[in-house]
Amino acid sequence: MLHAKNKTGLVFFPAFDWAISPTHPEREERLLYTQDQVFEEGILDIDGIVEYKPDIVTIKDVQRVHFCVPDVNSVMTESHFISAGGAKKIGEVVCRKEVDRGFALVRPPGHHAMRVVHGARGFCNVNIEAIMIEYLRTVYPVEKIAIVDTDCHHGDGTQDIYWHDPNTLFISIHQDGRTLYPGSGFINEMGGPNALGTTINIPLPPGTSEEGFLYAIKNIVLPILDEFKPDLIVNSAGQDNHYSDPITNMSFSAQGYADLTSLLKADIAVLEGGYSIEGALPYVNVGIILAMAGIDYSRVKEPDYNMDSIRQSYEITRNIQKTGDAVIENWQQRESMKRQIKMGKQYDVRTRHVFYDTDGIFENQYERIRICQECAGVLQIDSSSDRGRRIFAVHIPIKACHVCKEMGYQWFDSAKVSAFDKIFLQDRVKDEFFEKSRNSQVG
Amino acid sequence: MIIGLDIGGTHTDVVLLGQDGIIKNVKVKTDQEDLFSSVLNALDKITESVSYSDIKRIVFSTTLTTNAIAQNKVSPIGMIVLGGPGLDPNYFKTNRHYFVISGSIDHRGREIESIDNDKILKTKTALELEKIKHIGVVSKFSVRNPSHEIKIRDKLKDSFDKIFLGHEVSGNLNFPRRIATTYLNASIYPLHKHFFEAVKGSLEKKGLKAPIHILKADGGTMNFESSIDFPAQTILSGPAASVMGAIPYAGDNEEVLVLDIGGTTTDMAILINNAPVLAPMGIEIGGYKTLIRALATQSIPLGGDSIVNVINGKITIGPDRMDSAMIYGGKYPTPTDAFSIMQKINNIDNQQAILGLAPIALELGLPIQDIALKIIEQACNEILAKAFEMIDKINSKPVYTVHELKEGHQIKIQKILVLGGPAPYFKEYLEKFSKIPVMVVPKWQVANAIGAALAKTTCEVTLFADTEIGKVTAVEENFSQNIRRDFNKSDAIDIATKLLKEKVVRQGDGSEDFETEILEELQFNMVRGFYSSGKNIRVKVQVKPGLIKGYKI
Ligand SMILES: [Zn+2]
Ligand SMILES: [Zn+2]
Repeated sequence: MLHAKNKTGLVFFPAFDWAISPTHPEREERLLYTQDQVFEEGILDIDGIVEYKPDIVTIKDVQRVHFCVPDVNSVMTESHFISAGGAKKIGEVVCRKEVDRGFALVRPPGHHAMRVVHGARGFCNVNIEAIMIEYLRTVYPVEKIAIVDTDCHHGDGTQDIYWHDPNTLFISIHQDGRTLYPGSGFINEMGGPNALGTTINIPLPPGTSEEGFLYAIKNIVLPILDEFKPDLIVNSAGQDNHYSDPITNMSFSAQGYADLTSLLKADIAVLEGGYSIEGALPYVNVGIILAMAGIDYSRVKEPDYNMDSIRQSYEITRNIQKTGDAVIENWQQRESMKRQIKMGKQYDVRTRHVFYDTDGIFENQYERIRICQECAGVLQIDSSSDRGRRIFAVHIPIKACHVCKEMGYQWFDSAKVSAFDKIFLQDRVKDEFFEKSRNSQVG
Repeated sequence: MIIGLDIGGTHTDVVLLGQDGIIKNVKVKTDQEDLFSSVLNALDKITESVSYSDIKRIVFSTTLTTNAIAQNKVSPIGMIVLGGPGLDPNYFKTNRHYFVISGSIDHRGREIESIDNDKILKTKTALELEKIKHIGVVSKFSVRNPSHEIKIRDKLKDSFDKIFLGHEVSGNLNFPRRIATTYLNASIYPLHKHFFEAVKGSLEKKGLKAPIHILKADGGTMNFESSIDFPAQTILSGPAASVMGAIPYAGDNEEVLVLDIGGTTTDMAILINNAPVLAPMGIEIGGYKTLIRALATQSIPLGGDSIVNVINGKITIGPDRMDSAMIYGGKYPTPTDAFSIMQKINNIDNQQAILGLAPIALELGLPIQDIALKIIEQACNEILAKAFEMIDKINSKPVYTVHELKEGHQIKIQKILVLGGPAPYFKEYLEKFSKIPVMVVPKWQVANAIGAALAKTTCEVTLFADTEIGKVTAVEENFSQNIRRDFNKSDAIDIATKLLKEKVVRQGDGSEDFETEILEELQFNMVRGFYSSGKNIRVKVQVKPGLIKGYKI
């Protein structure tokens, strides 16, 4: 009899009636063959694998993470509420210890969605992992969380949301940003001044295969996780590193993904990208589920799998070793680097331009954070888009110190409604959200 | 006139129904060692002074195959299994002669790896050496393309008496369950065939030539001829019989909980608009998870004769039944005794019940009446809790579209129907604690036999179309046709419905009225590159379960 060594929860939500557009990679058909394979393998009958129905997240759940412009309902479809709800459900059953681990096999994905949301970028509207994590932090005694993003694309949305949070370790392994969307995720992107070092980027060269990915996990990710000692490990389990993926250039395999899953031992996995819907996804997903559950996956292979044909070159191996050495060196020096960068500063500012490729929106952001020795620091964002919308948003982090809290309310109160469409305050200490605008005062 | 016959573990109930109601009913003891005689005996009794030519159909619900599987008294068979990428098929080993052979098909029905013919021949020799007569052949994704199973059958058909193929048992995806279901069909085939041929033969000899139908676990029937190829469908039909017998008392469009309260256990099921709610996958029996359609049921080891104890100052009821109730000469207190103390049982001396409950009253320091009420309240609440747990489970069944998740139907019980010996005593209390109207099924003593007699033929058809490959198939029906690129979902529904109508005539008696319904209709645009390459269509239709018309009860 088959039996899961680790009791594993599964939310499967393929959204068979939702697409970005009929021929878009993010369309109804995407998880169809994965469902076929999962059902045909009888995986849901295995003792110790439990399927859950997804929740639907609330607006409050979304507002713990995002500032949606002009409001939550305008940037989300029902499918986003459910996909985030699938992740939330899995997070809950893991934290309640109903299961040892869980996998939210849901779509649409979320890891390109940043804190401010004007629309969709990289097929993502809201960040489903972050919505789950902030919910769990509010309800369960989890503080330190590590997110390991193994999607082929840099998880720039998740990076943005946790850029200033020293209690969230964000590690992204992805195809080198010089060769792939969104074009970011370089080694020197290490987090804001209050959280320097807890953002880690591991760019891998195109053509990286099983050897390279597993090298990165064993020699870079696992040692860092060991030192960080998270309460919870979340894997943003994108599957577009696969050798057959149509929109990327890597050489990873179902066996490789399953091995990676076994090594990482994430508490929660959340599906992100992956667009080789017939050649890869059925096998990769089965591999990940079995690996999480601790069941033999050695026969889970793509019909056309050939280890030799996807083997990486020596140059790639060398390149990855060098990247690894540099990342580890940064990690070891993070405290001294942080001290240096904070020294003598009261605030840090950054200005950037964000492009929403899926919806074709340009956004300009001006961000200001208080350099704080006590907490993650209160943050303000002035964001405007080429659609003519401008907002001002204040984020008070969950463990904010007294000064940062006070300052957050002061910023919110003194912001002029005449200059902005909306003014938001996200108070994570009290788990409250406020907004004001010309038409309506504090709501 | 029609006959319904339910062979239970201890009793066999038979009922003779005419257009105007029950003509006669008989209860005889079941002899588990000689079911054949029990059946004939019961039929002899019910047909006394009836003209055989007036009998239009006989429906059986038996424990024959159920018991054989539970006691592992099944025939040795050979299983040939073809896997492919995924879990090792050896995890699903059903029996000793289980051979895994290479050859595989993918989710679209494309061949990935051809059959290992050498190994097939070696397996054949090995099975022949063991004098195996019946075999099962199952390949992964055979419901998308059964060609491997068919090729193997064609190669081996002269060497074995009967070969069961996986794609014929169900159109659903689930390789391990397909293996188990095929195995069960093959391994109970000789027993089932022998038994019903003997029954049919004896009846014919007497001149009783009415068609024989057999009740299935989904509350529907199929004719004897069809049952020969799918004997496993007859497993666990017992619980379905009583539930079907309760249908006449459920209202149109009502959502009803059916509680069959026995001496030892209470069985539960749900009716929606006069049709039973089916389990999502299939029955589980003897450690096998199958694709055999069945009612969604739940059972709790709590009945009228369950033993009442006090453990750590708390009353417990069940899980064991030791004896009859004390008022009927048993040695241990039971819920039935509690009812007698509450004066709910007419014409009975409750002296023994009072004696039985006295130690409990003493231990808990409460008057005996209070104890009796406490026991009844607890029994009701435990039964209701289990029932609502089942309903919650059905309501929280995972769904895969935004529409279903937002609009999906949620069962809300409007009425409770109770049957079984203690049912009349439970009625008022169940009503009080559930705040839902409760009705005792009239003639509940023969509801099971009535349910069997009146159950309609049920069947389903699963259709799969792939316009890129250019084929539409319904593998269970042996149906395959080439299609053009413009073939669409409504074409698929038309074909599926036509196949279903043919099937219900083939598996039923050809004269019933039936209602078809669509269980699943999905159409996906397949995109390769940036262009639509075809459509992937999945349709499932069924005959709605229910009762045949024309008979009052
Ligand atoms: Zn991606
Ligand atoms: Zn602070």
